[in-house]
Amino acid sequence: METAEYLDVFIDESKEHLEVLYKQLLALEKEPAEKSIIDEIFRAAHTLKGMSATMGYNDLASLTHQLENVFDAIKYEKITVTADMMDIMFEAVDHLTEMVDDIASGGNGVRDVEQIVFLLDRLETGVTVEQTKNESGSRLEETTTVLQVIDSLDEFELSILNEASERGFSNYEITITLNEDCLLKGARVFMVFEVLEKLGEVIKTNPSVNDLEEENFDFSFSVILVSNYSKTEIEEKINKVSEINKIETNLFSAEQYKTMHEEETKELSETKTKQSQNSVQQKEKTTRKSPSGKTIRVNIERLDVLMNLFEEFVIDKGRLEQISTDLNNNDLQDTVEHISRVSADLQNIILTMRMVPVDQVFSRFPRMIRQLAKDLHKNVEIEIIGADTELDRTVIDEIGDPLVHLIRNAIDHGIETSEERKKKGKAEKGTIQLKAFHSGNHVFIEISDDGAGIDKEKVVNKALANGIINESQIDSLTDQQIYELIMASGFSTADAVSDISGRGVGLDVVRNTIESLGGTISIDAELNKGSTFSIQLPLTLTIISVLLVELQNEKYAIPLSSILETAIVRKDQILSAHNKKVIDFRDKIVPLVFLNDIFSVPEQGKNKNDYVSIVIVKKGEKMAGLVVDSFIGQQEVVLKSLGNYLSNTFAISGATILGDGEVALIIDSNALL
Amino acid sequence: MKQETIADSKVIVFQLKEEEYAVSVHQVGSIERIQPITRVPRTADFVKGVINLRGVVIPIIDLRLRFGIEESEFSDSTRIIIVYFDDMETGLIVDAANDVIDFPENAIEPPPAVIGTVDVDYIEGVAKLEDRLLILLDLQKVLTREEVNELKAVEG
Repeated sequence: METAEYLDVFIDESKEHLEVLYKQLLALEKEPAEKSIIDEIFRAAHTLKGMSATMGYNDLASLTHQLENVFDAIKYEKITVTADMMDIMFEAVDHLTEMVDDIASGGNGVRDVEQIVFLLDRLETGVTVEQTKNESGSRLEETTTVLQVIDSLDEFELSILNEASERGFSNYEITITLNEDCLLKGARVFMVFEVLEKLGEVIKTNPSVNDLEEENFDFSFSVILVSNYSKTEIEEKINKVSEINKIETNLFSAEQYKTMHEEETKELSETKTKQSQNSVQQKEKTTRKSPSGKTIRVNIERLDVLMNLFEEFVIDKGRLEQISTDLNNNDLQDTVEHISRVSADLQNIILTMRMVPVDQVFSRFPRMIRQLAKDLHKNVEIEIIGADTELDRTVIDEIGDPLVHLIRNAIDHGIETSEERKKKGKAEKGTIQLKAFHSGNHVFIEISDDGAGIDKEKVVNKALANGIINESQIDSLTDQQIYELIMASGFSTADAVSDISGRGVGLDVVRNTIESLGGTISIDAELNKGSTFSIQLPLTLTIISVLLVELQNEKYAIPLSSILETAIVRKDQILSAHNKKVIDFRDKIVPLVFLNDIFSVPEQGKNKNDYVSIVIVKKGEKMAGLVVDSFIGQQEVVLKSLGNYLSNTFAISGATILGDGEVALIIDSNALL
Repeated sequence: MKQETIADSKVIVFQLKEEEYAVSVHQVGSIERIQPITRVPRTADFVKGVINLRGVVIPIIDLRLRFGIEESEFSDSTRIIIVYFDDMETGLIVDAANDVIDFPENAIEPPPAVIGTVDVDYIEGVAKLEDRLLILLDLQKVLTREEVNELKAVEG
């Protein structure tokens, strides 16, 4: 009854089990005879059934129960897995997902699952899908009952009743009528349930538990109770609750209820009894399975709060460092240094705590690819490598859409149809590989396909036609640069999709999203062999290393991730080309960006010497030299937003608070290139 | 918006030049003394920059400039009123803020047409209180972001 507090846990866990179901069903499709997969599905379905029954979500329970039955039949080789069957089972899991989603969004998880339960039922008894489809319309008539008040029991409830009677428990239908002047009906119901729960197990109520709690009933309600107490004992105990007018108890047997059903149900009940035995064994098995590693569930919000507190701490630490340098006291400096070390460790731990495996995003792809490949009549297989690679939660939240986009692209335009592939002498089945791995302070995600690749010539022609490049540039472009043209904004229009070897829809959007996360994306491809999109992402978004620079009296921060190096050059080394200032830097011509001018910094008469300080920044292959007045040094800072009011400021990606409490703006060097 | 101000009759009164303005207490987070402001380049001129308010970076608007009144030096009485509106946390620089008063609902009148000679849609109404005239601000209009971007476009 008091299940509300477990709701979050229930939803979380249900989602996990549904993930498992999807994943294993996909695996099963590939290897229909694999025992371990069937076991896994069985286990997930079973746990889900148990949980939802406890929580009182009967539709959910009965559907999972049916699913479990089908897998039981598969397990004991009564039926074999077919493609049609897989569709029904996927549909069933879809239903389950929707119910859980409904519950998660505050609904009651009620859903009409009769049709799908029926289909599963037929699967279980070995009727082929063809037949099932023909008959399914005719069957769904109401069940009659020996029960007086509660009028329908689903398969799941029946199986419990059966199991109970086998163990020598009795099934009672109890109708309780409250006094008409009863004021707190909900409270009385609660008390009655408390009594009942001590006596045995309440299988079903009429009206539903929710309605009872909300007092949506007249004065009487009925329950089905499984108990090993006698009728009089039960009545006596219930009677101790005051304001009860009348108690009617009648014993009934589930068998009897069942005999009212037609022959097919009979057949079913045999498997059912077997089923219940199996599920008992199964239960033992699951409980024996030792939990892998000790974990606790922590609300994400708390982790966010922890992170925020830590950010404040980092700011204060910066301030302390500054104070200790000013005071020049040895003891103080030692202590502050120690604090810095501890805070670095602390940061590592907090960051890893917020890490979630990229699997959270990846896991929805196999199903999506299956559907998409079906729609596009292509034969595609997905291979996932490194799903346990971890990324900060904030990055995970953002990365899903771009990946979906890239995968769609790969299936739609990359992978050819089976006929084409045969003609090219490739395996009929195309493969998409999703690979995630860590390297340094970055996470890489690669999406590769063995499809048609990218036709350089067509890309170049298209880019010329759309005015993204001009004739003179063509020769100097590397292959890589040509491929990257397809992500240039304005490269592709919807009708261009079929002309070019196919790619380019909205890829500029993908690139923008990834760059806004502080990442980069690059493309490699080989005609007719396939293409690879490689995404590089920072591990976290909130604490970054920056170079602090000074522009007159203002301080700005440039993220280290975009800095190539710093240089100090004499003013006479600055050259002019096309009216633009450039320098010759390691044999490359690098354009200069005068930040003082860009940011119209008020002149304070500083820096009138013969040298200029330059920060060389890069964006992909492009470079630029940002001219600043002086370098201050490298620092770890907490990235803060400028607030919604100033969300679109040019070339400023955010702000940070320095050790002295001053705010420094963080330069988005990508915007200056 | 309108209902809110009428129902919540407690307002913070602040001064700009000789005039008194009012915003609902429910929209005010705190009132701060003037503190170092970091300029944010390429924004409208009434955006003074950002401040560090106890670890949170908050954009600051000079209300004088926003309302087209000539700029003045900050003084001891200059205050920053931190307002919350529509997911935005913003600081408004005002000449002085020293009053919280209860507001009889029926004292609010629509803005007089005379004021309407220039575009002053950010005035929600005026209220006469004995010998004082309070101008009620419509924060939504004061904090229109389109205007910020528009001005940015002109400048940049």
